[in-house]
Amino acid sequence: MSSWPTETKYISHSTPRIDAPAKLTGKARYSSDIQADGWLYGMILRSKWPSAKILSVNLEKARQIPGIKAAVTVKDFPQTIRYYGEEIAAVAGATKAACLDALRVIEIKAEVRHEFVVNEDEARKDNSAQVWDGTTNASAPRVHEQGSVDTAFPECAAVIEGFYTTPVQLHHAMETSGSTTSWTDEGLTSWASTQGISSVRDGLAGALQLDHSKVRVITEYMGGGFGAKFGAGVEGVLAAKLSKEAKAPVRLMLTRFDQALAVGNRPSSFQKIKMGATADGTLHAFEAENYGTAGIGAGGDAGGGGGGADIPMPYLYKVPNTRVKQSMVAVNAGSARAFRAPGNPPASFGMESAMDDLAVKLGMDPLEFRLKNDPNPIRQREYKMGAEKFDWKQKYQKPGSSPGVLKTGIGCAAAAWPAGGASKSTQGEARINPDGGIEFRLGVQDIGTGTRTVIAVVAAEMLGLKPEQITVRVGDTNFPPGPGSGGSTTCASISPTVYDVCTQALRQLQTQSGLADARGENWFAACKKLGVNPLVVHGQWQPGLSDSHACGVQFAEVEVDTETGLVTVKKILGVHDCGLIINKITLESQINGGIIMGMGYALYEERVMDDLSGVVLNPNFETYKLPGIADVPEIEVVLINMPERGVIGIGEPSTVPTAGAIANAVANAIGARVSSLPITPAKILAALGKVPPFVNA
Amino acid sequence: MKEPEPENFGAFSRRKFFKSLGTVAATAATAQVQSVAAELEKANAEQVVGPGAVAVTLKVNGEKLKLALEPRVTLLDALRNYSSLTGAKEGCDRATCGACTVLLGDAPVYACQKLAIESQGVEITTVEGLAKNKKLTKVQQAFLDKDALMCGYCTPGFLMSVTALLKINPRPNAADVKRACAGNICRCGTHPRILQAALKAAGVETASKTEVVNYV
Repeated sequence: MSSWPTETKYISHSTPRIDAPAKLTGKARYSSDIQADGWLYGMILRSKWPSAKILSVNLEKARQIPGIKAAVTVKDFPQTIRYYGEEIAAVAGATKAACLDALRVIEIKAEVRHEFVVNEDEARKDNSAQVWDGTTNASAPRVHEQGSVDTAFPECAAVIEGFYTTPVQLHHAMETSGSTTSWTDEGLTSWASTQGISSVRDGLAGALQLDHSKVRVITEYMGGGFGAKFGAGVEGVLAAKLSKEAKAPVRLMLTRFDQALAVGNRPSSFQKIKMGATADGTLHAFEAENYGTAGIGAGGDAGGGGGGADIPMPYLYKVPNTRVKQSMVAVNAGSARAFRAPGNPPASFGMESAMDDLAVKLGMDPLEFRLKNDPNPIRQREYKMGAEKFDWKQKYQKPGSSPGVLKTGIGCAAAAWPAGGASKSTQGEARINPDGGIEFRLGVQDIGTGTRTVIAVVAAEMLGLKPEQITVRVGDTNFPPGPGSGGSTTCASISPTVYDVCTQALRQLQTQSGLADARGENWFAACKKLGVNPLVVHGQWQPGLSDSHACGVQFAEVEVDTETGLVTVKKILGVHDCGLIINKITLESQINGGIIMGMGYALYEERVMDDLSGVVLNPNFETYKLPGIADVPEIEVVLINMPERGVIGIGEPSTVPTAGAIANAVANAIGARVSSLPITPAKILAALGKVPPFVNA
Repeated sequence: MKEPEPENFGAFSRRKFFKSLGTVAATAATAQVQSVAAELEKANAEQVVGPGAVAVTLKVNGEKLKLALEPRVTLLDALRNYSSLTGAKEGCDRATCGACTVLLGDAPVYACQKLAIESQGVEITTVEGLAKNKKLTKVQQAFLDKDALMCGYCTPGFLMSVTALLKINPRPNAADVKRACAGNICRCGTHPRILQAALKAAGVETASKTEVVNYV
C-alpha cells in the first residue's frame, strides 16, 4: 500500500500559489478574457414574463442591425416560460452595443400568463398557480422515522419548538457564467468559465449531438464557481449555435443580472423543529418538517444543475427517536444548483439554533450540551481545543446578560461533510524532458483553490525538486481526465494521482538511466540519459492516500447594537481537520473563504423576489449584499493535523457552521432568538420587541 | 459672476449641450423622441461626435493606444475588448464590484463608469502596467507572499485600490486599508489576506494566526 512521506520539505508547509504572478500581473487569461481570432460578442434575450407561452420569435430586425452576424432561438415554438429570465433567443455581433441594439428589436409573440408564484408559502397552497402543469408545486413529503417520537416526547425533561428559516442564496462568483466558443467543421472548442471541463464537454456534445472527441473544453483560469458552474448551460449551447451560424468564435458571458436570474442558487429552507432532551442533557426526541424551494428545479427540468431542497436532519447529532418530513416546493424562479456543501449550511443553522435553544431551556452550557450529544470523536477534540483557545468558559454568559446598549455574545456550531473523498478515476501524466524539465498535465481545473500549486507541491516533494521547477498544465479536456471541482474532492483526487505519476516516473527514469535513485540532485543526470525523446509517464489515483469525512467546529463572538440592530462579528475561530495538510497557506485561504461566505449567509445574503413581476429584485451587488473587507472580523484557524488519514478536501466543511455559530452568538448577546437568516437589523429589533414582529413572507 | 466653463470633451462641452437642449425643449413636448434626436443632431451638428466610431487616443501604461470607438464605449470595454488589456475585469458593469478598477492619474476609478472618450489625456494605469521589467511591485509581491488571492478575478481591482492608497498614504493603518478597499468585492473571501498584504507592502508585518495541532 502506498503511503505519504513523513519527513517533508513541501507537503504540509507553505508554498505560495504558483500561478500568483500570472494572476497579479493581468497575464492570466480567464474565460471572459479570451480573444479568439475574429471573435464576436454574444448576448441572450431573456423572458420578462415569469410565466408565458412564446408563440413565435422574429429575429429579422435583429439580423439587420449593423454588426450582427448571427441570431438564434433557444427552442422550437411554442416555448413554455416558467420564470423571469428564462432564455428565449440570442444574438452575436461585432460590438457589445450592436448586440444590445439587436436584443431590443427582437419581436416576440407570446401568451402571457398572469398566474405565477414566487413565494414558497403561496406555492404550497392548494389554489396556487401551478409552476408545472398538472403537478402540485409541493412534492408529497418524504418521511423518515426511527424509534418512537410520540412516546419519546413525554419522556423528555425539556422540549423546544422553533421555526428556523433560511433564504435562497446566490452564488455570485466574480466572473459570471459563460464561455468563448468556436464551432467549425473540425469541431468545437469552448473556453468555458467552468468548474468541470469534462462535464461541460459531455454537456455540449450531448446537446449538439457531436462526437465527444470533437469537443474540447479549455479553462486555464476561471473566476469562481461555488457549485454553479458544472454544466454546459443554456448559455454554452447558445454560444456554440451562434458560432456555427456566424462562422466565428463567440464570447457569451452573462450579465450580473442574468447571473442572479438563471444559473443557480442555494434552495431556501423552512424548518419546523421540535426537539427534546432528558434531564441529564441527552437528546431524546426530534421531530421536523422542512420545505424549501429549488425554483423550477423542484418540479421537472433541473435546468443544468438541479439539486434538491432536502437537508440532512437532525444533522450531525445522534437522536434515538426521530420523525423527519421533507418536501420541495416549485416556484417560478431559476433552478437551484449545487452550492458549496449543498444542504449543510441550512441544516447546520437550523439544528445548531435548536441545540442552543434547548440548552438554554435545560439550563446547560451549549458547549457542554454539544459534547454530550455529538458522537464524533474528532469534533469532540476540536470543541475542547477550540473552547480553550477561544476562552469559552471565561467568556460565556447567560443569554441577554451582557450589559449596556452594545451587547456581546458568543456561540458555536459544527460541520460534517460526509460526502467528499476522491474521484477514483482521476488520471494524470508527466512529460520529462532530457534537460530535466518536467510538465504535469491533468484534466482538472483550478477553481481558485490552488489546484496547480497542490500538483507542484506533491510533485516537488516526491521528486526531490522545488515547486518552481515543476510546470503544471491543467484545464484542458485533451489532458488525462480529472474530477470536477466539487464536493471537496479535488485535492484528494489529484494528490494521490500525482503521487502515482511521480512513482512511475522515478521507476522508469531509474531503469532507463541506470541510476539507483533519480531524485533530487540526481534528477538532471538521470534525465540527461534519456537521450533525445522525452519520457512520458501516466499515473492514476491510488488508494490509501486519501480519505473523506472532514469535520470542523467554529466559534463566533459578536457585538449587537440594540438600538440600531446592527450585528458586528468581532471574531471567528475555526477548528478544522482535513487529514494530511498539503499546502498550509492555500488551505488557510480556503477556510477564511468558507467562513466569510458563511458570514454573508448569516447576516446579509438573500434573494428577494417580486410577487407582482416575478423578477429578482436584488440581482446586483448594491442590493444583494456580500461581506466587504470592513465587515470581515479577526479570523483564527486551528488545523488538526491527521497525516495518517491521507488527503481530505476542506472547501465545503469550512463554510457550513459559520451561520449557526453567528446566530447563536447573536441569541446569546440579546437573549432572544432570531430564527430567520439573514439576521438583519430589522429582525434584531423585532426580536427585542422594539418594532413589530418580522413576517417571513 | 461668470460661471467657470466646464471641461471640454473634444469639440463638445456640457455647457453647449445644455444650451442646445433649450432650443429643442419646446419641440420635445409634442414631437416624437426621434424628431427630438434629429433636432439635437442638427443643433449640435458642429459639436457632436458619434454615434459612429471616432478616433480616441488613450495613454495606457505609458503607451499610446489609438482606437476607433463609438462615444458610448466605456473605458473598460475599450481596454478589454478593443485592445488586449484584459487585466481589468468585468464583474458587474455598474460600479458595484470594483474588479475593473484602474488608475486615472493617481486616482482609482471604476473603468466601467468612465467613457473611453472622456479618459483621453490622462495617464491610465492597469494591472498590466504595475510590474516593470518583470519585477513585481511591493504590493504585488505582498499579495503573493500573503496569498491575498484565490480565483484572482477581483485581484486586479484590489491591487489598484491598494496601490492608489499607498501613493497618497505610504503608512496606512488597517482602517485606511479597509476604507480604500471598500469599493472592491471578493467572493472567495480573501479579505483578511488582502489587509495583511496591504500592510506588508507598507512595511508592517502581521503574523499568521493559524496554529497546526497534531491529533495524535
